[in-house]
Amino acid sequence: MTNESFFYQALVYLATMVVFVPLAKKLNLGSVLGYLLGGIIIGPALLGLIGHGGEDLMHFAEFGVVMMLFLIGLELEPSLLWKLRAPILGLGGLQVAVTSAAVTGIAMLAGLPWNEALVIGMILSLSSTAIVLQMLGEKGLMGSAAGQSSFSVLLFQDIAVIPMLAIFPLLAPAGAVISGQEESASLIAGQPAWVRTLIVLGAVTSLVIGGRYVVKPILHIVARTGLRELFTASALLLVVAIAVLMTLVGLSPALGAFLGGVVLANSEYRHELESDIEPFKGLLLGLFFIGVGATIDFQLIVEHPLLVTGLVLGIMVLKFGVLLGLGKIFKLSREQNLLFAFALPQVGEFAFVLFSFAGGAALLEKETVNAMMAVVAITMALTPLLMLLFEKVIQPRFGCAAGQGGREPDQIDEHERNPVIIAGFDHFGTIVGRFLRASGVKATVLDLDSDRVDLLRKMGLKVYYGDASRADLLKSAGAAQARIIVIAMATPEKNREVVAAVKKHYPHLQMLVRATDNNDAFELMNDGVLRIYRETVDTSLRLASDVLELLGRRAYQSQRAARMFRRFDERSLKGLSAYRDDKQYVNVVRERIEELQKMIQADAYTNMMLRDAGWDRDNAEERN
Amino acid sequence: MKVLILFAHPAFERSRVHSRLINAAKQQPGVTLRDLYEVYPDFDVHPDTEQQILQKHDVIIFQHPLYWYSGPALLKQWMDLVLEHGWAYGKEGVALKGKYMLQVISTGGNEHAYSPEGHHGHPVKQFMLPFEQSAKLCNMEYLSPFVVHGTNQLTELQLDEYAERYATLLQTLQADRLDLQKARQISELNNLIALPPIISK
Repeated sequence: MTNESFFYQALVYLATMVVFVPLAKKLNLGSVLGYLLGGIIIGPALLGLIGHGGEDLMHFAEFGVVMMLFLIGLELEPSLLWKLRAPILGLGGLQVAVTSAAVTGIAMLAGLPWNEALVIGMILSLSSTAIVLQMLGEKGLMGSAAGQSSFSVLLFQDIAVIPMLAIFPLLAPAGAVISGQEESASLIAGQPAWVRTLIVLGAVTSLVIGGRYVVKPILHIVARTGLRELFTASALLLVVAIAVLMTLVGLSPALGAFLGGVVLANSEYRHELESDIEPFKGLLLGLFFIGVGATIDFQLIVEHPLLVTGLVLGIMVLKFGVLLGLGKIFKLSREQNLLFAFALPQVGEFAFVLFSFAGGAALLEKETVNAMMAVVAITMALTPLLMLLFEKVIQPRFGCAAGQGGREPDQIDEHERNPVIIAGFDHFGTIVGRFLRASGVKATVLDLDSDRVDLLRKMGLKVYYGDASRADLLKSAGAAQARIIVIAMATPEKNREVVAAVKKHYPHLQMLVRATDNNDAFELMNDGVLRIYRETVDTSLRLASDVLELLGRRAYQSQRAARMFRRFDERSLKGLSAYRDDKQYVNVVRERIEELQKMIQADAYTNMMLRDAGWDRDNAEERN
Repeated sequence: MKVLILFAHPAFERSRVHSRLINAAKQQPGVTLRDLYEVYPDFDVHPDTEQQILQKHDVIIFQHPLYWYSGPALLKQWMDLVLEHGWAYGKEGVALKGKYMLQVISTGGNEHAYSPEGHHGHPVKQFMLPFEQSAKLCNMEYLSPFVVHGTNQLTELQLDEYAERYATLLQTLQADRLDLQKARQISELNNLIALPPIISK
């Protein structure tokens, strides 16, 4: 590749990202759809800027998936993984088995030979780790029941790719030349089965042991050099090395990276590794999605519109049905089950690899492979749209706000009429609630995180699932009889929604609202909220007064100074809220800082806020 | 005269006596009530604010329970910070000159306990010497305290009586009709206040 063409390509891809992703975000479409749209537009179908490089790009950018699984592994401690074993094996296993069987059966009915049908069935059973996890992560749904189930299924699918690759050659018609890239790259292709098994086990063991006893010390040495880029290089090296090792022994690099991540999840370098790999992962996945968009063969769609539409619809409906059924068996609530089914009905990125492998192994006709690739790309491109449909049309029927996986709001006991309602019960609301409870004040608690609600209920706390920005839910929470509502949702937007709802329907309620920072506080002031609590102010000041104490200042005066500072800060915050224009605001802040400095120099600050001359009694006596 | 009550009680919600007295005070128009533990839960008494309020009044009442022969901690904090040199006392400290100071005190012990033969050995007024001298240092006139004795044994009727007397005292002060001569001599001001006819029978 010449320099010019490299720069040109980089220009095209980066510009695509920078133009389309913010656009998609602005339209609330999510980044994945932005990348896909960008890919379609710069692809051969429309602008033709990247010609037919889409597939090559995808092969290259697939490494982003490896990195993503490494990062997911880092987030997942081994104990948590162990807890997920039932959904991974059960839900994941059944999803792959049932979908494969169904697709195979249909393909055979359509007249394909059994081996081709089986290959297609297995490939189509897979879903897209890249798209789904990125999407769920972006929407903050990874922690929901549906998110966990999706993750389990995707993880099983990633594992299942390996045996699939192993079975395909056996399914090939006798005499066919096997030219699949994966297999030829593998060291162990020619070995008997037991040797393969041993080598694979050895590789995984060495990964686990090496991660713990080799990688950690190396990272330690690298970290001590203090060179940031060296650490980044090591992090990349680690992931690449895992990928190479896994490919050599015929395992999925993604799975290997995932394992590597899990091994390092407990290490002290976890966050360092995360932040180093994250941008590369993001870029590569972005490229991958652009590639998917660019590979959609519009020619084929134009030539065989019915066939393509039929295949896409057929595959997605079938997978959707299977997911829905399994979700029911695994006791997902109705809404979570729908989310689960809406998230996973596409065919995954491994399908590109597997189809080209199957084509190479003469398992499938060239035309079939091309058609299927287009279909796969379309199902992937449709996924973000499906999610959008779910969020805008399906979810509202369950009365849950977008971004919060959930279920139907809990019924709140009619006789429970507490003077206080707490809306939002994460680490912030929990403390409020615990304190009130300890002080003998009864509060009705509403929260949007269904898992947390379940957990807290198991712990014996009366917490209700539901969205406090809904008037009907406020009503059943007893808003008409309550006197106070504590609004402590996790995001400022949600808080303001609740504020608006309370102002509209229950203006008698006193609102005490959690704010993140000054700007958030200004917004709330604008909304007419009187009691605003910036969540970090008190903690920061407590820390700062501890600093004074550790420096040797007396505890009483340090804490008194912190209280005075807070009062001063709150007073000036109120003054500043009048200046909404950014430029003006900055100017006024600058003036205030200067003012504060002058006051400190002139002792006026001490006079106003900290006056305690009365304590200098001895001096006063002398003066008398 | 304008009356200011500086009320200091860390456990007001548990006090039978002070809730009656405060209720009585609240019903007196023109009396300023300042609940110190409510205004300064963090003990960060603000001298400026307090001094401005003091200057607008002629009679300063400290209302509080008796703790270790003195007032609760916040009252002392208030005195330490507000009665500044150069403002309340000292050569230029004449801001409080000519104002009256008196205390409204509740005690667990009865009147006998606060006598030379009693448990505590001295009348309440004697224990209040630091307050008295503080008032004098600030050029104020110190009046004898209004004392509610034996708070644990008081019946509802007796509590009502005290509240009535307190109300009468406040009215008398507002109207500037208190017999100052007697108010200085008598050991406890409550004995000076005649009860309204309905209750005194």
